[in-house]
Amino acid sequence: MRGKGLTRRQFGAAAAGGIVIAFSLGGAPRAQPKAPLPGDLARHRLLDAWLRINPDNTATVFTGKVELGQGILTALAQIAAEELGMQPAQIVMVSGDTARSPDEGFTAGSRSIETSGGAIRQVCAEARDILIKLAAKRLSWSFDQLNVQDGVVYDPGKRHVSYGELAASVDLHRRATGKVKPAPAGGYRVVGKPVKRLDIPGKVTGAGAFVQDLRPAGMLHGRVVRPPRYHGILAKTDIRGAKALPGVVAVVQDGSFLGVVAEREEHAVRARAYLQRHTSWIGGEDLPDPRKLYDDLINADSQDSVVSEKKAPPPSGIARVFEATYTKPHTAHASLGPSCALAQFEGGKLTVWTHSQGVFALRRDLAGALNLDVDAVRCIHVQGAGCYGHNGADDAALDAALLARTVRGRPVRVQWMRDDEFAWEPYGPAMVMKTKASLAGGRIVEWSSDVWSNTHGMRPGRGGGNNLLASWYLAQPLSPAPGGAGGEARNAVPLYAFPGRRISNHFVAEAPLRVSSLRSLGAYANVFAIESFVDELAAAAKADPVDFRIAHLEDKRAAAAIAAAAKAAGWKKDAKGDGAHGRGIGFARYKNAASYVAVVARVRLDRDSGKLRVTHMHVAVDAGQVINPDGLKNQIEGGVIQGASWTLHEQVRFDRQGIISRDWLGYPILTMPEAPHVQTVLLGHPDLPPLGVGEAAMGPAAAAIANAFAHATGKRLRDLPFTPPQVKAVLK
Amino acid sequence: MTLALKVNGKSHDVEAEPDTPLIYVLRNDLALNSPRFGCGLAQCGSCTVLIDGKPALSCVTAAGRAAGADIVTLEGLGSPDRLHPLKQAFIAEQAAQCGYCTPGIIMRALDLLTRNPHPREQDLREALAGNLCRCGAHDRVIRAVLRAARVMEKGP
Repeated sequence: MRGKGLTRRQFGAAAAGGIVIAFSLGGAPRAQPKAPLPGDLARHRLLDAWLRINPDNTATVFTGKVELGQGILTALAQIAAEELGMQPAQIVMVSGDTARSPDEGFTAGSRSIETSGGAIRQVCAEARDILIKLAAKRLSWSFDQLNVQDGVVYDPGKRHVSYGELAASVDLHRRATGKVKPAPAGGYRVVGKPVKRLDIPGKVTGAGAFVQDLRPAGMLHGRVVRPPRYHGILAKTDIRGAKALPGVVAVVQDGSFLGVVAEREEHAVRARAYLQRHTSWIGGEDLPDPRKLYDDLINADSQDSVVSEKKAPPPSGIARVFEATYTKPHTAHASLGPSCALAQFEGGKLTVWTHSQGVFALRRDLAGALNLDVDAVRCIHVQGAGCYGHNGADDAALDAALLARTVRGRPVRVQWMRDDEFAWEPYGPAMVMKTKASLAGGRIVEWSSDVWSNTHGMRPGRGGGNNLLASWYLAQPLSPAPGGAGGEARNAVPLYAFPGRRISNHFVAEAPLRVSSLRSLGAYANVFAIESFVDELAAAAKADPVDFRIAHLEDKRAAAAIAAAAKAAGWKKDAKGDGAHGRGIGFARYKNAASYVAVVARVRLDRDSGKLRVTHMHVAVDAGQVINPDGLKNQIEGGVIQGASWTLHEQVRFDRQGIISRDWLGYPILTMPEAPHVQTVLLGHPDLPPLGVGEAAMGPAAAAIANAFAHATGKRLRDLPFTPPQVKAVLK
Repeated sequence: MTLALKVNGKSHDVEAEPDTPLIYVLRNDLALNSPRFGCGLAQCGSCTVLIDGKPALSCVTAAGRAAGADIVTLEGLGSPDRLHPLKQAFIAEQAAQCGYCTPGIIMRALDLLTRNPHPREQDLREALAGNLCRCGAHDRVIRAVLRAARVMEKGP
């Protein structure tokens, strides 16, 4: 697929272009083939689905992508400002509103710049063309001699008309043509510049930024009472007692769904605690023995497939064969703010304010769970605390709707408590990776691997079921939609040009713990395994890990990223670990299609306590064209630091009875004293397409840490996370 | 009952039971967004405010016990026209991703800089050990507070 031939994706795009030609045959006799429309513009072709010009000389840009703290709205505003000839401050972003935004699916997969950015770039380029032609008429001047500055069109004599003055007469209710070329990268004023994030001033001054900050008049507070474990059945509760508590407006029981609505938040919290004490539950499912988690996973029924295979010519000389097994436990999104939503029923219509990553999908499942027409539900995105994937946001939306339904007219805000979040969010699943390779003449000649995992895709809106938590506990319960396969194999295929390879996937549908999408899906664990194993093979070949990687790469951008990270870190080939200090490298191209990220980690080990500390991380990134270099660095820094946290600390803990890790003591994350210094080098390619970056650093960070530990000690950590007991066990 | 609270220099009478966690009064009655609910367990630092100059976790502080005291939240630092140096520094360093932890971190950092205007980086990291950040803005947060320390040292 990486050859010069037409890839499947390009073929699809070309075919779509062909259909357009067929439609236009009735017009011009020799219609030019239209360029395929970029990104999500192909799904939503009307310009006014994306853009409106306002009389006050601002432009409103509508996007289906949402702000998660990754800075996407600033980057999209930069793209719009660039093409329109405006300033980012003149762009108003409307985001993730089912009544106003184009449906762009989920804000996930590090694809927003490609899909939404690509569409907005083209829409704004075409709108600018229309606006300037309109201005040319007003100014009675040839349009190709006009200039735009800050949304004002000037003729050579400095006579001018603003977009705002043209707003009433400009017609954007027309299809994109794909014929207008966006601005050339060489002349960029706004794109590629470290524009300050539009949302940060509000966040550092206490302005209302989050869904948790919404407090419309008459708002009530809701809390939910979950069973003590998965599939618990409510046997008996004391609704009357709870209703008699101060401030309680309603107690809602629907099957095994239990919740409370109160005038004041503390009253809702207190009533929840009361109901927890006065409710008995039966049933529920035993969880597997956590000590046998990985064995169970390998031995479970699985859907097996070969992801990639290439037969190798027989190696010349003697090949040595190596094998290793790596594991990753369940990990939590662990958002700092528990999930929250505000819901209001009015006149048979439901409005939900939510920090969901996919408001349209949420709307479908909300309508399904509440027996409403999809058209009767509106979901509006408002930021929550960072989510990093499918956390409890969507579930909280249904909780709020179920409670709001009983107090029609009044808005209800539900905020989960800390234990709701940790015990009920869908985790990133546990994974096992087995790798095997042959080494001959100092080179890897054959590589095979197997990955086992539950699903990484249980988001709402999948069809064939309902993926909102509370819907499974109603008196008329719904079933979850079957989880999708594929996410576990993300980055399972090494980018290295090994002569022979066979990559096998074992998708295990039966999941003991609730799982779904967590930042980078399977890529984190797969890259950890691949890059650890490559390091082990480099050591066996007595080769420098940096040289060894580059020697196996045909992709020059990959090699350049590795070399740049090594250079930034002051990599010394002959450096020896001293038992306590070491350095290691990890690399991947995310999805083998998005950004290239290489990370060099430096670690310090306290051998007595087994505490492993990451002191420095040097990162090189090739993300193609960069929209906002500082925003990109922020994402990368956050990625490697969160990656270090996952790698050193994180593991969902459970026993046969249920989830044990229900607070920050049970699920510790990296703290400020432990945080590494991060240095990021951007390898700019302004003329190449932008590549997604948000999830690209996780796997390389993990591998770099594992390899640094091996460099320091000569021992290999193959089981995540690298907690002190794990470290001491390996050092023995 | 009526609680007399002094927040950011202003007096407020609030109808709430004295054992109400202060965070709910600040957020819901006084519409102050910055104390953020993270855990309710004194484990994450998101709800940090100053009470009589000392950092306090408003999720586990009873409003009744804060009555009469001098309560300061992030909103009370500087003014919209003249942002507090810490706020300026967090913007200058773009020291946030989702920004949910930011107010608690700024309040804790302010306490440190008040007691120790010239903190070493290690002092700062230790002072912020109880403030969790999930997005990984740690490195930028450290840079921002050290930048603010340099500005505050010079004085207005």
